[in-house]
Amino acid sequence: MSDEMQEGPQGEVKKFMYVNRKAPYGTIYALEALEVVLIGAAFDQDVSLAFIDDGVFQLTDGQKTDDIGIKNFSPAFRALGDYDVTKLYVEKESLEERGLTRDDLMDLTWEDEDNDWEEKPSIRVVSREEMKSVLSDQDVILSF
Amino acid sequence: MAYELNGATIEHDEEGYLTDLSQWNEELAVILAKDEKIEMNDEHWEVVNFLRNYYDEYQIAPAIRVLVKALKKTMGKEKGSNKYLYTLFPYGPAKQACKIAGLPKPTGCI
Amino acid sequence: MSILHTVNKSPFQKNDLASCLAHVSDDDAVLLIEDGVYGVITGTQAAGQISKSPAAIYVLGGDLAARGIGEEKVADGVKIVDYDGFVDLAAKHKAVNSWL
Repeated sequence: MSDEMQEGPQGEVKKFMYVNRKAPYGTIYALEALEVVLIGAAFDQDVSLAFIDDGVFQLTDGQKTDDIGIKNFSPAFRALGDYDVTKLYVEKESLEERGLTRDDLMDLTWEDEDNDWEEKPSIRVVSREEMKSVLSDQDVILSF
Repeated sequence: MAYELNGATIEHDEEGYLTDLSQWNEELAVILAKDEKIEMNDEHWEVVNFLRNYYDEYQIAPAIRVLVKALKKTMGKEKGSNKYLYTLFPYGPAKQACKIAGLPKPTGCI
Repeated sequence: MSILHTVNKSPFQKNDLASCLAHVSDDDAVLLIEDGVYGVITGTQAAGQISKSPAAIYVLGGDLAARGIGEEKVADGVKIVDYDGFVDLAAKHKAVNSWL
C-alpha cells in the first residue's frame, strides 16, 4: 500500500470517505456511488467506504437480478481491493435494525501485494459510535 | 453502426464497443483487432482472455493499473507492466484490448 | 476538526435527520436546508431530537421563508442563517457531509 500512497503532483494524500445510505436497486444512488469510487480510485487518495442505514443492503450476499432486468453490480464490490479500496465500514446498528448480521454480507477481501498476496478482510463492522469517529477523521465526505 | 460476420449483424456504439456483450466470439475479436491494426497472437489472446474472465467475475472492465497489477500477479513482472501492454496495444490497452474483448469501455476511462 | 452536516429532506417523510443526528460529533454543526427546514418547527418530535443534540444547529432562512414557516415557529437554540452564513459554515468546517 505505501507505494501507492505517495504524494501525487497535487500534494498530500487526503482521506476520502464515500457514505452509502441507499439500498441497491430502488434508486440509482448505489450504482452511481460505486462508479464514482472506481473512477476516484485513480487519484491515489486514502479511500474508505461507509455503509449506514439502507446502504448495508448493498452488501448482501447472493444478489440475483435476472428477473428485474437490472444489472447485478454487487460482484464489483469484490474488485474494490484491486483498486486499493480496502476499508469498508459497515454500521452494526444499521445491520441489526434490518434483521441482518455480518454473515448475510458478501465475504469481501483484498490481497496484500506487499505480503505475498495474503487475503485480508475488507469489511469492518463498527458501532455507531465508532462510525462517528471514522466520519470525523475524514478530509472529504461524499454522500450517496 | 454494426459489424458484419458470417451474415450476422453485430451492433456497436460510436466508438466501436459492442452493444451486446453476449454477441462476442473469437472470430469477431479478430475483426475488431484488425480495425485497431492489430494481428492477434498468443500474447494478445492472453490479455483478451484475462479481461473477459475479469469481467465475467466482477462485472466491470478493470482500469489499466488494475489490469497491470493483476497480470503481474498471475503472469509475473515482465507481463505485468504498462510497457508490455502498450507494446501489444499501442493505442492504449484499456481502450483497445477491452474493445477486442467485447467489453464496455473501462469505468473511469474517458 | 469538525464537520458540517446538511439535511435537505423533511423529517416527516424520511429518516435522514434522525440518522444525521445519530452520527454527529459534539463539535460538528448541522444545517437544515430545503425540505429539511421543516425539522425545526417547535413542538415537533424532530425539533425535540434537535434540541437534544450537542452539535450546533442552523437553518437556512430563505428556505424557511419560501415555505411560510415564520421565525416564531423555529425551535429555541436553532440559529437562522442566510446564504452567506451557509458559505461561512462550509468554509469553517473541515468537510461537508450531505445527508441525501
